[in-house]
Amino acid sequence: MLSLPALRVGTLARRGVLGAASIRAAHGHSGHVATQEDMSVPQYYDKRSSPLPDVPYHKELGAEQKALKEKEKGSWKQLSNEEKVALYRLKFNQTFAEMNRPSSEWKTVLGGIFVFFGFTGLYVWWQRVYVLPPKPHTLTDEWKAQQVKRMLDMRTNPIQGFSAKWDYDKSEWKK
Amino acid sequence: MSSTLLPKPQMRGLLGKRLRVHIVGALIASLGSAILYKYGVAEPRKRAYADFYKNSDAMKDFEAMREAGVFESVQPKNS
Repeated sequence: MLSLPALRVGTLARRGVLGAASIRAAHGHSGHVATQEDMSVPQYYDKRSSPLPDVPYHKELGAEQKALKEKEKGSWKQLSNEEKVALYRLKFNQTFAEMNRPSSEWKTVLGGIFVFFGFTGLYVWWQRVYVLPPKPHTLTDEWKAQQVKRMLDMRTNPIQGFSAKWDYDKSEWKK
Repeated sequence: MSSTLLPKPQMRGLLGKRLRVHIVGALIASLGSAILYKYGVAEPRKRAYADFYKNSDAMKDFEAMREAGVFESVQPKNS
């Protein structure tokens, strides 16, 4: 088992490729590798959408916990409130109130959004100064005034729209 | 744990109750918006058009536009 990773390292070193996998293989199981969950058996989970997990939270019980479970087999009226809570905590990790507790994540999200707004604003400003061409001559005030006069002369939208708001007798905008 | 019983919640007829409330609301919302549109937008528009065409003289408008110089087929009279 140990020879195989060593062989792999030798091949990789010879090829001059050293990645994280080869370094891990070279060190072997030196004790600080995390134990993997056995995904082939039912697991405990705290989930709002399916409230009753397949297995209890504490699978191995100590002596007094086992005694409590025996007491649970009798009438529940003889259980004190502390014992009932202890039985609950044996079976479940977090209560619904605990698992649904609000977090402050929204502040981080909103803050990140505003940071990117600010950065984008600075970028757009730089772009306006250094990249974009000058505005077309048709957007100067002079041209726009001539354009408005021509539109009024042509009687554009005289019933409810543009020219309807102009008083032709007094030559001014209607109040 | 206290042994006072909670009142039994409503177990049946929940969808029916919801439908009754929402069908009435939907009728009110749709009829209301239709009526508001008819008397807020459609009728004033019809009145505006009627008033405009009651006192409009196409030839007078044409002469005014001709004087302003917007046509290509006719020139202003004193040019």
